[in-house]
Amino acid sequence: MMRHIHALGRATLDIVSSIGRAGLFLIQSIVCLPSREGFHLWVRQMHFVGVMSGAIVLVSGLFIGMVLALQGFTILVGFGADEALGQMVVLSLVRELAPVVAALLFAGRAGSALTAEIGLMKATEQLTSMEMIGVDPLRRIVAPRLWAGFVSLPILTVMFAVVGIWGGYLVGVDWLGVYEGSYWSNMQDSVDFVDDVLNGMIKSLVFGLVVTWIAVFQGYDLIPTSEGISRATTRTVVYASLAVLGLDFVLTALMFGDLG
Amino acid sequence: MKRNNLLELGVGIFMLAGILGLVFLGLRVSGLGVGVPNDTFTLTANFANIGGLRPQSKVTMSGVRVGKVTNIQLDPKWFDAKVTMELDSEYEGKLSNDTTAAILTSGLLGEQYIGLTVGGAPEMLHDGDVIHDTQQALVLEELIQQFVSNMAN
Repeated sequence: MMRHIHALGRATLDIVSSIGRAGLFLIQSIVCLPSREGFHLWVRQMHFVGVMSGAIVLVSGLFIGMVLALQGFTILVGFGADEALGQMVVLSLVRELAPVVAALLFAGRAGSALTAEIGLMKATEQLTSMEMIGVDPLRRIVAPRLWAGFVSLPILTVMFAVVGIWGGYLVGVDWLGVYEGSYWSNMQDSVDFVDDVLNGMIKSLVFGLVVTWIAVFQGYDLIPTSEGISRATTRTVVYASLAVLGLDFVLTALMFGDLG
Repeated sequence: MKRNNLLELGVGIFMLAGILGLVFLGLRVSGLGVGVPNDTFTLTANFANIGGLRPQSKVTMSGVRVGKVTNIQLDPKWFDAKVTMELDSEYEGKLSNDTTAAILTSGLLGEQYIGLTVGGAPEMLHDGDVIHDTQQALVLEELIQQFVSNMAN
């Protein structure tokens, strides 16, 4: 009996201390003075985290836009409302699909790589050696990666949405024959820049921070063995995906939920 | 150094793509206007029932967009809806003062908008004038009620 209570207490303390470590870790690494050296490190990470994720985001955006238009058309045509296709494609993309799907892809493509990279640095004691020669690994390794993820996910989200709208246009207008004018004008009548586009951007900023934070923290905090690295990489993808989906509900409820 | 330049170029293009995408979402998708807004003049009209009309709804004439609704208030005197709309100034002084305004619906499920029809009076409407001849929105429940009571007779 006592043993179980002990175990419960230890588990609770573990969780609380790991949240505390993650919070301290975030603050220590994200607050840093801009410097020329740091900027170059950031550019290098932007290239890896952002630019290299471009291809997968563009291709998925195109297919999601196309499939939205196809599904939406078959539903809307039953009401004789196929002119509203543009509106449906854009609102679902800009409000929900672009921030969420881009964040999930980002967690799989960039997040897992960040965890494995930092984890391997830890396993091969590169991080400890850096501390030995007086270089702060949080500044040198973690901060550029955090900032790169934070900046690049919103950009990837915008690219996702734009390509998705184009994909919806290809299927809806060019293939299924929705009138081009009503595709664009219905869209413009119903989409509000602040309410829809900017709220989607706020979502993706939050997701960018959370996904990269989870990824680098899992890498920094793992047990430095090959098994530890593989566990941490899996945890990154699982935790990041769950965090994105859960936060998405909370943010949507805050942004669009005030129906009263 | 060469490799670093290439890297920076890639990141630059990436950032540029993001900014251009945001501009596209702003201009083409949300229909935000840029530059100076067109000159407009204001008309008001009182409707017995505006249905689902809201600010930013379009004002059309023969189906062509000529302006937008800017404000909707309850008129405390007559307890009907006072709708303020802005029209392009090129039509100022060209609409006769017996112009009628009707609240129409685009399609079966579409949004509601105001349709103007010009009359034949010699006097013209100017900034701040009131359109007197209006036609309220069709409310589906009222139509059904009418239909049912007609059937009963």
